[in-house]
Amino acid sequence: MYLVVEQLLNGLQFGLLLFLLAAGLTLVFGIMDFVNLAHGSLYMMGAYFAATFVAWTGSFVLGALMALGATLLLGIVLEYVALRHLYGRDHLDQVLATFGLILFFNDAVRLIWGPAGLALPLPAWLTVPVQIIPGVYYPAYRLMIIVVALAVAAMLYLVVMRTRVGMLIRAGASNREMIGALGINIKLLFTLVFGLGAALAGLAGLMQAPILTVQIGMGENILILAFVIIVIGGIGSIRGAFMAAVFVGIIDTMGRAFLPDLLRKVLSGAAASTAAPALSSMLIYLLMAIILVLRPEGLFPAAKR
Amino acid sequence: MKKAFWLAGATVLALAQPATAADSVKIGFVSTFSGPTAVIGNDMRNSFELALDHLGRKIDGKPVEVIYEDDQQKPDVGKQKTEKLVQSDKVDFIVGYIWSNVLLASLKTAVDSKTFLISANAGPSQLAGELCSPYVFSTSWQNDQTPAAMGLYMNQKGVKSVFLIGPNYAAGKDMLAGVKSTFKGEVVGEEYTVWPSQLDFSAELTKARNSKAESIFVFYPGAAGVQFLNQYAQAGIKAQIPLYTAFTVDELSLPLQKDNAIGIPGAQEWVNDLPNAENKKFVEDYRKKYPGLRPTYYGAQAYDAAQLINSAVVAVKGDLTKKDAMKAEMEKANFKSLRGPFKYGNNHIPIQNFYLQDVVKDADGQLSLKTVATIVKDDQDKFHDKCAMK
Repeated sequence: MYLVVEQLLNGLQFGLLLFLLAAGLTLVFGIMDFVNLAHGSLYMMGAYFAATFVAWTGSFVLGALMALGATLLLGIVLEYVALRHLYGRDHLDQVLATFGLILFFNDAVRLIWGPAGLALPLPAWLTVPVQIIPGVYYPAYRLMIIVVALAVAAMLYLVVMRTRVGMLIRAGASNREMIGALGINIKLLFTLVFGLGAALAGLAGLMQAPILTVQIGMGENILILAFVIIVIGGIGSIRGAFMAAVFVGIIDTMGRAFLPDLLRKVLSGAAASTAAPALSSMLIYLLMAIILVLRPEGLFPAAKR
Repeated sequence: MKKAFWLAGATVLALAQPATAADSVKIGFVSTFSGPTAVIGNDMRNSFELALDHLGRKIDGKPVEVIYEDDQQKPDVGKQKTEKLVQSDKVDFIVGYIWSNVLLASLKTAVDSKTFLISANAGPSQLAGELCSPYVFSTSWQNDQTPAAMGLYMNQKGVKSVFLIGPNYAAGKDMLAGVKSTFKGEVVGEEYTVWPSQLDFSAELTKARNSKAESIFVFYPGAAGVQFLNQYAQAGIKAQIPLYTAFTVDELSLPLQKDNAIGIPGAQEWVNDLPNAENKKFVEDYRKKYPGLRPTYYGAQAYDAAQLINSAVVAVKGDLTKKDAMKAEMEKANFKSLRGPFKYGNNHIPIQNFYLQDVVKDADGQLSLKTVATIVKDDQDKFHDKCAMK
């Protein structure tokens, strides 16, 4: 029983982290109709900034906040310098250009920080396990990820649903041309949205950094999952991204945790332990395929024209 | 007509002459030089270059040409690169291979062309058993040997039960099988993770804690080892369940693992402080040539591979067409290995000692690895009797 609770928490934590990454991606894709493969690079940059600033200031929280600001700035600069010239082009051009950006960022990181990767150590108060209910311990840092990600999700919800900027964002997701025609400065809105997406990706990267290592190409595998999530959730929908991310996180973790034992009941030990990791990593793609068949526009599509 | 036939025959003969005409020794080097595990490939290249420096950049008076190829840690790419080295570069020796799955994919190409292949790291069980070949030598070990030594150490410590975690590929399976072959206690659980993409081990760590095992054994080479130790410490399991490892803590991962690695024992056939003269020179010169870096067992094995090649070429006086004589010489392991003297088994895998290593702070206040004890002497892999060496 405790095992299930703990694994659910693991899944939730992973899902929320994916949500931070997917939220930015779905905004940019949904509102600006722009395919940004370099989103994973922003995730990586967030982690590298954090490792550098934390080592520099000696404070984890301060370093993380500075890294967040730096990724936001990087996103805005990137949009202004490179990406805004690509909005009118078709998706293939955007994919090619942003794939080039991935290569650019990987080599830039190699030049600046070297090929070996960095470590982002946690302060002592975050490395202790916390007893959440009697008998169940959970790493404090992973709990913090859950709390921070939930807070960010709530804030995003409030901004998008309750503010004027949020209204424009939603309007942009539904009908880009129309809000431009109504005299809204759509260029500024796009820059803002892209910066916000970059900061969210950076936040995901810097929070993941102490668990994994900070290394070149760290954003590429996880970006695939982020794309799966926005497809499942419905492109342009923050609520969809949230639900889909939590689904994917929990399904992935539960698959890894319990599938091997289930398979061992049917198959021989060796065959089960070989097949289980392969099968469990397929589960989320199966989920995506099923949803694409039943609801091609995703679970919670943004309202369309 | 007859004349034309002879002419054609002569041309074929002329072409069949070794193009190198043995005026240089050509070595192909396949390892990982891009991506997160590129640091391992770089260390192997650094050590191989250092070995060539120590040989005066010449083998038996001939200049050495080394062609480095990046396998990107992918079996299909490794196979292509091996084919390129064998077929278009026509190298005399192929060295390298970090990953067992890459080596297994590349093996046939080298063996079919009768090119000597020297594995400087990967040691899949198949290579020691049914796939053994006269043209393949190892300067490392068979995968099962190192974890088997760790299993023996755990017996000595009186460990009663263990939870095993490893990556789901050729070497991961060998490693966990290796511990099981010697460990006398109970194996309460065994988990494989997706390799190399899975880097979050929370689900596996949770299971290990809930299994109530007395100990955990893992095999995670490269960056994955850093991530595993991070998460093991953050989950607070370090204070509850001791960890035993193979190939998880080394000089490349230690600067990132930092204090998380203190008190985590590992087994290894080479440690930087082994007291023979060649090893002292190797470690000293490596640190001089590559400031800020420290050599690893990957590098030591690559260094030995260069010395093994040298011994073979010298024995045939530079006539690289005498493959049988070169093979016979290499079987003697007639060179000064950095790990100390060893013998080859019938399957061309070393019969060697395994040491217990621990993490300590050295004189400069930096974390480094230290030999604590010899776990097992003259250990031979358990697949050698499956090898019908032709």
